[in-house]
Amino acid sequence: MSGMALTELKPGMSARLGRQARDWVPALVVFVLAIAVWQGAIAAFHIQQFLLPKPSAIVRSCWDQRHTLWPAGWYTFKEALGGFAIGSIAGMAAATVISRFRTLGSALMPLAVAANAIPIIAFAPILNNWFNPLSPSSKIAMAAVLCFLPVMVNTLRGLQSASPRQIELMRSYAASGFTIWRHVRVPTALPFVFTSLKVASVLAMIAAIVGEYFGGSYDALGVLIRSKAQILDFETAWAGILVASVLGIALYLAVAVAERLVVRWAPETRDS
Amino acid sequence: MSDRQGNVVEVTGVTKTFPRGNVQALENIDLSLRPGEFVSLIGPSGCGKSTLLRIIGDLIEPSSGSVVVNGKSARQARNDRDYGIVFQDAVLFDWRTVSKNISLPLELLGWDRAKRKQRIDEMLQLVELQGFGDHHPWQLSGGMQQRVSIARALAFEPALLLMDEPFGALDEMTRERLNLELLSIWQQLGSTVVFVTHSISEAVFLSTRVVVMSPRPGRIAGIVDIDLPYPRTVETREAPRYFELVTEVRELLRSRGAHLLPEEEAALHE
Repeated sequence: MSGMALTELKPGMSARLGRQARDWVPALVVFVLAIAVWQGAIAAFHIQQFLLPKPSAIVRSCWDQRHTLWPAGWYTFKEALGGFAIGSIAGMAAATVISRFRTLGSALMPLAVAANAIPIIAFAPILNNWFNPLSPSSKIAMAAVLCFLPVMVNTLRGLQSASPRQIELMRSYAASGFTIWRHVRVPTALPFVFTSLKVASVLAMIAAIVGEYFGGSYDALGVLIRSKAQILDFETAWAGILVASVLGIALYLAVAVAERLVVRWAPETRDS
Repeated sequence: MSDRQGNVVEVTGVTKTFPRGNVQALENIDLSLRPGEFVSLIGPSGCGKSTLLRIIGDLIEPSSGSVVVNGKSARQARNDRDYGIVFQDAVLFDWRTVSKNISLPLELLGWDRAKRKQRIDEMLQLVELQGFGDHHPWQLSGGMQQRVSIARALAFEPALLLMDEPFGALDEMTRERLNLELLSIWQQLGSTVVFVTHSISEAVFLSTRVVVMSPRPGRIAGIVDIDLPYPRTVETREAPRYFELVTEVRELLRSRGAHLLPEEEAALHE
């Protein structure tokens, strides 16, 4: 019987990893091609560098000015990270409280979903005004506000997605509400939470940089990008954008790796 | 039956009305289960057989009447972890391996690691899933998942095993194989089983008694004693007495279920 049972198994872990590596190859090829076309087109059509610098020039500028760019990037990254942490933790905490009270949830959920559709980034100048515009706190606040809603909405949805049968089973074991929360609701919610954390990681970096466009410390990347663009030093401005992209992707990947480690089981993440 | 004290389950005058739509699911149910019995509840959809199972397991409360399990209230029995439950879906936890799924009730009972491991190994052997302990549920077929679910329900040796159409979602061949396995497990452990099913042949093959229920409101139409000898084997399904009993159950269903909907009538002939 076990022989027959074995053939019923779905493909194993190693086959999946191999498939993933193959999935990456086309994306990598397209990426390299796009950079090459960009580089080639600028030379071929004599595009002015203030319109679009060559990728090689951007990378060179990134290296030449590494002592200004990367510390500025790090400064902004810390703001984004702080806002991401505060907003996400607050979002998860709010969802946990709301999920305990059904009426509170039904009162707040439509509002939260509506608020989620507001372009909150438009409040950046206002927030700069509320806090000291030169301090990181206004950017941290911006990032936190932007991260809060998607994390809260998704965490709440996750906590409410637990299977009624699983809860019934736990009740048959005379499990307490907390035990059910720990063993059923939280594991069910985790894939939802990580999906929203990935979204939030991107939003946090956007919030910090856009916040800085409206004013901030000269140590900040957003301020640097804006001021370099104003003095027509587009190579450096683009280099700043490259730094922002690298740091943004790094934060996203860090969350994705954490997801892989924590949510090993979820069918959603197995094949994505 | 005369010794009511010794009964595992004593259902007396249980009625259940669901407030939504004022549906009367069960009316005046009396049922006694002796230790070690295998009792099937059979009937068309809406006869309240799953509701009765859940009332016995204290997952829903009766509108009136009482349920006594091992001389205690159903609530007390649930708090004492007297129930093992198997649903139609395996209801496994995707984030736990097969072993950890079986381990869950043992963890809640506070068993230490060594004791848990030993029991998990025993249960994997019992349901013939040795070597699959480290697999995740989604790596297994439906029949294997249901075997894990049975292992989990039996792991802490509950006094009463409640099964709600456990093989209803499986194909006929897997179902018949698991019927045989379930009987062999039941005979090894000597637990008392309440088994809800749609299938007449399954009920007759497995049970010591078949409780036939009729719908709207759910009532016990009759109880058929299944006097087929154990151990029951593939040959049991070909014995003349088996067919007589299947016919007896079917006619009881039909006589009391004259007001069945056409699709319910069809379900009884599967």
